[in-house]
Amino acid sequence: MKRRFSKNSPALRVKSVILRPVMLRRLLLISAPVGLLLASCQKETQVEKANREGILLVGNSAEPKALDHQLVTGVIESKIITSLFEGLVSDDASQDGAAPPGAATSWTHNDAMTEWVFHLQPEGKWSDGAPVTAHDFVFSYHRLLHPDFAGPYAEMLYFIEGAEDFNKGKVTDFSQVGVTAVDDFTLRVKLREPVPYLPALTRHYTWFPVPRHVVLQHGKMTDRFTKWSTREHLVGNGAFKIKEWRFHDFIEVTRNPYHWDAANVGLNGIRFFPIENPYTETRAFLSGQLHTTYQLPSDLIRSVKEKDAHYLRQEPYVGTTFIRLNTTRPALSDSRVRQALSLTLDREQICEHIMEGFFPTASLTPKMGDYVPEPKLSFHPEKARALLAEAGFPNGDGFPVFSLMIARPAARAGAEAVQAMWKKHLNIRVNIQNRDWGSYMSAQQSLNFDMASAGWIGDYLDPTTFLNMWTAGNGNNNTGWSDPRYEALLREAALKADPTERFALFRQAESLLMDAQPILPISHYTRNYLLRSEVKGWHPLLLDNHPWNTIHLKR
Amino acid sequence: MFSTVVQRFLQGIFVLFVLFTVTFFLIKALPGGPFKSAEKAIPQHIREKIEAYYGLDQPVRVQYLRQVKNIVQGDPGLSLRLEGREVTEIISQAFPVSVRLGLAAMVIAICIGIPLGVIAAWKKNTLMDYSAMAVAMIGICIPAFVIGPLLADQFGRRMNLLPAMGWDPTSPTSWVLPAVTLGLATAAYLSRLTRAGMLEILSQDYIRTAKAKGVGSFRMLVRHSLRGGIIPAVAFIGPAFASIISGSVVIESIFAMPGLGLHFIKAIEVGDAPVILGIVMLYGTLIITANFLTDLLGLWLNPRLRGS
Repeated sequence: MKRRFSKNSPALRVKSVILRPVMLRRLLLISAPVGLLLASCQKETQVEKANREGILLVGNSAEPKALDHQLVTGVIESKIITSLFEGLVSDDASQDGAAPPGAATSWTHNDAMTEWVFHLQPEGKWSDGAPVTAHDFVFSYHRLLHPDFAGPYAEMLYFIEGAEDFNKGKVTDFSQVGVTAVDDFTLRVKLREPVPYLPALTRHYTWFPVPRHVVLQHGKMTDRFTKWSTREHLVGNGAFKIKEWRFHDFIEVTRNPYHWDAANVGLNGIRFFPIENPYTETRAFLSGQLHTTYQLPSDLIRSVKEKDAHYLRQEPYVGTTFIRLNTTRPALSDSRVRQALSLTLDREQICEHIMEGFFPTASLTPKMGDYVPEPKLSFHPEKARALLAEAGFPNGDGFPVFSLMIARPAARAGAEAVQAMWKKHLNIRVNIQNRDWGSYMSAQQSLNFDMASAGWIGDYLDPTTFLNMWTAGNGNNNTGWSDPRYEALLREAALKADPTERFALFRQAESLLMDAQPILPISHYTRNYLLRSEVKGWHPLLLDNHPWNTIHLKR
Repeated sequence: MFSTVVQRFLQGIFVLFVLFTVTFFLIKALPGGPFKSAEKAIPQHIREKIEAYYGLDQPVRVQYLRQVKNIVQGDPGLSLRLEGREVTEIISQAFPVSVRLGLAAMVIAICIGIPLGVIAAWKKNTLMDYSAMAVAMIGICIPAFVIGPLLADQFGRRMNLLPAMGWDPTSPTSWVLPAVTLGLATAAYLSRLTRAGMLEILSQDYIRTAKAKGVGSFRMLVRHSLRGGIIPAVAFIGPAFASIISGSVVIESIFAMPGLGLHFIKAIEVGDAPVILGIVMLYGTLIITANFLTDLLGLWLNPRLRGS
């Protein structure tokens, strides 16, 4: 009896266990780290700490493929690259059309707009203190265009006289290419055609310089990559220089003291987080870990509007979503069929219910500056049914079953809406096929698909960034469609220096494209993202290229 | 004993070789390719140059032999996705993150799973048993991509106690949520295995004898039963650890951790052969080693196996 009472009664045992000094010590041992952990927790959020330090915390979606801007083609790379490098002309903080000086202080052109002279900043320096000269620019364009270097986005320089031939190996003498250093601080660029928007073009990173002395120190000009673009050796001419680079973790840049405008740079540094998962990014922002996000998933927009509306930014962005058609397929080769497909897309419904914040489009090119395309797209089911019957498929009878390819699960809802609309209005069936990115891209490039849900983001503010790709043999066309009349209009426009005449010809070309409809535009992009109020000097911009040097944090 | 070790080692090498070969040819069978899936199409004349640079224009046999040579020398070469970066650099940055995360998760899994299993077995068919097993069942059923965001939302956004994402090697607070999320499912399995193992031991004659002799419950559980009872759990721990490290991609995505899983998935998406092969060989080695160590541990725990 006695024994059971003293040992086995649970209440007594628990008490005696806790009171034993050994156990007390153990308990302390366990609770100490937990206590420490809780004590070290979040006295101030990471954003508050960053505000104090003047460091901007930016969600940037994905790990950059490289920081050598002559090796990349993407948008996320451009965010980091524009902090590390600077083009001839800079971005304005609030005006899309403005062209503030960058590496060049001023520029002039001839009347035909085919020859431009850029005068470089005499104070322009690389982040190691060496001067930025016109020779650096010539070297950079030579490197990007050199066939052995094989820069993936060399075609952005094809505007330069002789550049395309040099890049394709037809000419081997670079002196035939229209770019020369008149002296250390004067760069002359001869173009193959009038390019009134050249200043806007030079804001794209393909036109940025690379430091000749550093590239050559680590290898030959044509070496695809050497150690020069690693964290240890990277030298740029931007307002910031690289400090830390950990894959899939973050990239941190810090002030470049040698930058010509360093005194007016508002931030001490920027940390770019490659957060792939947009929901994670949103959570991080709402927990005080980021100043701004790269994106906001459209299914979260509503809840953010309710609870955190002051963070929400919804801004137009030069991009268009569309369905790409393979016009070499039977039925789809008939432009009446393609028009019928387009006329039964209720774009307003799609934008209102699925692509939150996106705008229904009436053409391919978004409005940019003075260029306004002719509104061609509408919702007209009766007309569509008549066209389909005319093409030999009355009431959808005998119409082949096509598959609509998507590459991201997020695109499924939109694809299903399109599927339902075609079923309802045309009585035709379409299957949705989810593919991984690689096979999605290669299927399009080899024309081994029926329909694909796709999108295009402009690289600069001129309609050519949307219109030039629909020509025969262009690697981004992938519709099997081409029309000599369309290409003739584009060529004619390219020879005009007068913006009004140019735009009139582009309008004609775009109308022709929208009548032929190898693609079915659906909506214009909206950038949905979150931004904290202490970020100052951040304004809506069509290309979303915020000049980092003009941004500051309210402390 | 020694001959067993040698035999297992040679088996391991053979398995790795087969793994390498199968993986290599599977990658080659993937549609697309690293330079055909860029957001913006790379013009053909440039793509051919790039592919020639990486030797992708050569016959598959030549590419295979070169990769074999590279792997044998311990250097899988350059990544095709993160151009110019060495696979060894990528792995040496990401692997320690995965290992630390995996270790933390494993510690959590063991600290939760084994006591839960022991308690459930000890209080068999009582409310305690049922609730412990219900918790375990929930742990197994609810996937990490549900638990992770819930935890991050609760402790990160609402309570602002722990970071909702990110990796800071100097601050353990950033490991807590991902490690807990990663460890919970394993804890659940462990508790069920421990309970089953313990039940078997507790029904043995020598336990009844011990009870009859008046051995206290705690002593009986820990001294007399646990060593035998956790054998099934230990057999599970080795492979589980390897799979925790190699299978944490969901956690890495939810918490934006710079571990190996994300590199692996991204490399597969674009057919980045050197990175895929480097990581596959690492995972393969890890799993083979973990199984081997588990077997050794099993021998130590269970004397009955030693004779055979």
